[in-house]
Amino acid sequence: MPAVSKGDGMRGLAVFISDIRNCKSKEAEIKRINKELANIRSKFKGDKALDGYSKKKYVCKLLFIFLLGHDIDFGHMEAVNLLSSNKYTEKQIGYLFISVLVNSNSELIRLINNAIKNDLSSRNPTFMCLALHCIANVGSREMAEAFAGEIPRILVAGDTMDSVKQSAALCLLRLYKASPDLVLMGEWTSRVVHLLNDQHMGVVTAAISLITCLSSKNPDEFKTCVSLAVSRLSRIVSSASTDLQDYTYYFVPAPWLSCKLLRLLQCYPPPEDGAVKGRLVECLETILNKAQEPPKSKKVQHSNAKNAILFEAISLIIHYDSEPNLLVRACNQLGQFLQHRETNLRYLALESMCTLASSEFSHEAVKTHIETVINALKTERDVSVRQRAADLLYAMCDRSNAKQIVAEMLSYLETADYSIREEMVLKVAILAEKYAVDYSWYVDTILNLIRIAGDYVSEEVWYRVIQIVINRDDVQGYAAKTVFEALQAPACHENMVKVGGYILGEFGNLIAGDPRSSPLVQFNLLHSKFHLCSVPTRALLLSAYIKFINLFPETKATIQEVLRSDSQIRNSDVELQQRAVEYLKLSSIASTDVLATVLEEMPPFPERESSILAKLKKKKGPGAVSVELEDGKERGELNGGGDRGGDASTPSPSADLLGLRSTAPVSGTTPSAGSLLVDVFSEAGPSATSAGVNDDGFLSSAPPTVASEDPAPPLPESDELLNKFVCKNNGVLFENQLLQIGIKSEYRQNLGRMYLFYGNKTSVQFVSFNTTVSCPGELQSHILQLEPLVEGGAQVQQVINIECLTDFIDAPLLNIKFRYGGALQNISLKLPVTINKFFQPTEMAAADFFQRWKQLSQPQQEAQKIFKASHGMDTEVLKAKLLGLGTALLENVDPNPENYVCAGVIQTKAQQVGCLLRLEPNAQAQVHTHKCILLDSRLIMCHQCKSILNSC
Amino acid sequence: SPGTVLETHCTRRQNISHIRFILIQNRAGKTRLAKWYMQFDDDEKQKLIEEVHAVVTVRDAKHTNFVEFRNFKIIYRRYAGLYFCICVDVTDNNLAYLEGIHNFVEVLNEYFHNVCELDLVFNFYKVYTVVDEMFLAGEIRETSQTKVLKQLLMLQSLE
Repeated sequence: MPAVSKGDGMRGLAVFISDIRNCKSKEAEIKRINKELANIRSKFKGDKALDGYSKKKYVCKLLFIFLLGHDIDFGHMEAVNLLSSNKYTEKQIGYLFISVLVNSNSELIRLINNAIKNDLSSRNPTFMCLALHCIANVGSREMAEAFAGEIPRILVAGDTMDSVKQSAALCLLRLYKASPDLVLMGEWTSRVVHLLNDQHMGVVTAAISLITCLSSKNPDEFKTCVSLAVSRLSRIVSSASTDLQDYTYYFVPAPWLSCKLLRLLQCYPPPEDGAVKGRLVECLETILNKAQEPPKSKKVQHSNAKNAILFEAISLIIHYDSEPNLLVRACNQLGQFLQHRETNLRYLALESMCTLASSEFSHEAVKTHIETVINALKTERDVSVRQRAADLLYAMCDRSNAKQIVAEMLSYLETADYSIREEMVLKVAILAEKYAVDYSWYVDTILNLIRIAGDYVSEEVWYRVIQIVINRDDVQGYAAKTVFEALQAPACHENMVKVGGYILGEFGNLIAGDPRSSPLVQFNLLHSKFHLCSVPTRALLLSAYIKFINLFPETKATIQEVLRSDSQIRNSDVELQQRAVEYLKLSSIASTDVLATVLEEMPPFPERESSILAKLKKKKGPGAVSVELEDGKERGELNGGGDRGGDASTPSPSADLLGLRSTAPVSGTTPSAGSLLVDVFSEAGPSATSAGVNDDGFLSSAPPTVASEDPAPPLPESDELLNKFVCKNNGVLFENQLLQIGIKSEYRQNLGRMYLFYGNKTSVQFVSFNTTVSCPGELQSHILQLEPLVEGGAQVQQVINIECLTDFIDAPLLNIKFRYGGALQNISLKLPVTINKFFQPTEMAAADFFQRWKQLSQPQQEAQKIFKASHGMDTEVLKAKLLGLGTALLENVDPNPENYVCAGVIQTKAQQVGCLLRLEPNAQAQVHTHKCILLDSRLIMCHQCKSILNSC
Repeated sequence: SPGTVLETHCTRRQNISHIRFILIQNRAGKTRLAKWYMQFDDDEKQKLIEEVHAVVTVRDAKHTNFVEFRNFKIIYRRYAGLYFCICVDVTDNNLAYLEGIHNFVEVLNEYFHNVCELDLVFNFYKVYTVVDEMFLAGEIRETSQTKVLKQLLMLQSLE
């Protein structure tokens, strides 16, 4: 019993713990505990006041009992009493009990807070640390309310001891995470950032966690940390292995601090200051160089510490994704690790390379390691390493190596761990579809998939192969031949029977010329599998049989016989019985013509999202699939239909607006079916957002081979968005299965501020979350960077400031990139900034209005449009819209009370442009005539106004 | 006003610390230390303890020291009959935490003069102090063994 032998412990506690350990049974233990509880209770209730030591001992025993898994319903007050002891050991036990056991019981919290307050102001560093640790451990809102103001003061005060500073920094971090609204850094910001310069490395180590968290929330306020972090890092990296004394770990100087510094830098884009950037690149190069140096120690601790820094540096290099030289060096370094004897390093190299594979600079370099990765897939002992190898193969797959990778994955599947088979099957199916250069390869691959891992082939996979075969007449004959051969196997998987039944029922005629696969042979083959199949498969086969009767009249008698047999027509399963009865009747009474019509070949499936993709998304989250499959292919479905024709995809935004105008509903109404825009209050769920994948992209128009890091082209519905937000400033800007983006914006004169709210709809983190805005030259924007992590279920806010320099047509583009489950998501949207946002309403009298109206009616100054009143003629709706446009609605100005007139001034930095509007509703024709007059003769403005008119 | 918008959205955000929990378990699954940096109720804690034990003990020495766990990962190392496990985000630096464990173990070893499982049992309340010196609020607080041990010896001398 070491505690006793040290002479500083509590003898009674040690004895009690020994007793418990000696208990032979659970019952004996419970008995001993109950005895102790009774004893402690009586001591606490006794008349005699307990001394501090006894109180400490009993509270500690209660804690031990609690940690054994028993409930404790008393002793809290005694623990709180210990807090006001002057003895460290008593105080410590009091605080420990509270940290472990007390939840926000309001009465006690007040007492606890009081004790903490006393200790914080005690100027005794030991007591201050105990109090700070208690706050950091409990972190309740009540504590934040009580101490969030005090702790920053302690943190930056000149006379605070280093150890107290360390605790204060992390205590503040805990409070900030729990109650960010209560922790206001304001005046302390700069002093907190300068803790990066603190002499005491422990203070820097603790403070940097706080700074990283604060920076990720308010990057602008903390951006001075970048240069400080770079210089601190540079000093560490260039120091000799003994310079840092206490902070050198197995010959590696300050490994944890280095990692934290590198991580802090990942909250920011590359430094703009050339000198700072140069210094940082130098650091990164030094770190990469050190990886090549002979180790200073053979201990694994040495290499682990060194490599911890290396991997963090590589993360930063990938985060910047702008230094091809460093990216390629990183890739080569990882390549070496792929064959390292340490399993940890092989694992981490595979994982890290997976992200490198999607950078355009390093994709090719990653591909050179394909053989090693394939080998890892075959030989690694640890399933999680094999999993990483499979992920990397999936990530590095492109048109050039798809056949090899798919073949390797297929052969791995034969022996793959059960835990990852289903995912592997989906990945193979997706790669096969994505990179198919000929359909026969695709069909072979999927049938192999069913043969090898039939149990793991979900319905989605075999549905998909059928969809594709139905839609492609050039592969139907091959598919029929292949399934026919596959069905020859004595034991083939039921999924194979399903695919076979379906395909032969549709296209068996294509191989019926060969006597070896004559209609009757085909039928007998299928029917030989019938009795071993489940009900749904039998039902499918019955449908295939009736299709046979149509395709091959010579099989009619045989098949009718089968249908008529008791095992069909009297089957206990109602579905099978019904099919047998109906098909039998149909085949006996319908004429050949009727039969041919009823049993006609299946029409092509509508183009829609790959069902496999949907499945993988559901399984791993959409991010498991590179977005390029979805990108830009929704066009056909989303914009198809209606009378818009091809308009919707024309590149000019104004043309788009015009094109969409006729059918797209604008703000305030329920979004049309298939629209990606879900209004905040509408009931429509994300189900409406499923993206379509059209098969045209499957073969002909080859998608890009890698998930490109370049900003994706704006979503086709972006323009529709602009319309939606012309007259309003708040709403949901975008939503898919992963992400929802809400927007709130406000404008004053030529300035605008937008708040974007990114909501992670999944339960998984988004990493490397990064957003950029690209503006036309006429606008200037400033975007506050976000932290690169968005927790599952979390919402983060971003502020964008916009200044309108002069009139403009193109809306700014917002690009959002992040990784979800390793795969890059790349979304571009148009920000709803239209020129009318910079309207200042102008009140004017009737005389003024018409005087100006007449003065300014040269053709290039006006725009007029007649359009259908898609929102009816309701006065209030129209008024609201016109006000939403930003102009002043002038009452009693127009002699015709039916008309609406408005006036406003468009404020840009360069000039102010007056604008007069008149809307003439024509109730009979349900149309409006909308005329806009501008105090500016430039067409660009007029053009823009025309677009805006469309949305009213 | 924008200020209030900001505030409401910050409060709505889920914030979770980097280390979710630290566990020390023996091979039989007995917990020798459980330090939580995230709110869990007692049942959930018990479930996590059991799951971690099940996940970690089946792995052999040739396996990595990292294992995926729910939406997180466990970084662990075995010392004699004890498993030291740290649960972190999937994006966290594996090797830094792996050596964080080792650094912690070396401190325990020094502090208890050749630490053994029983030291952790009988001095459980001191182990919490060691943890708080080195990890606080789910973050690394102090990495220097010299500094931590100096502080622990100073505390030891207090009454």
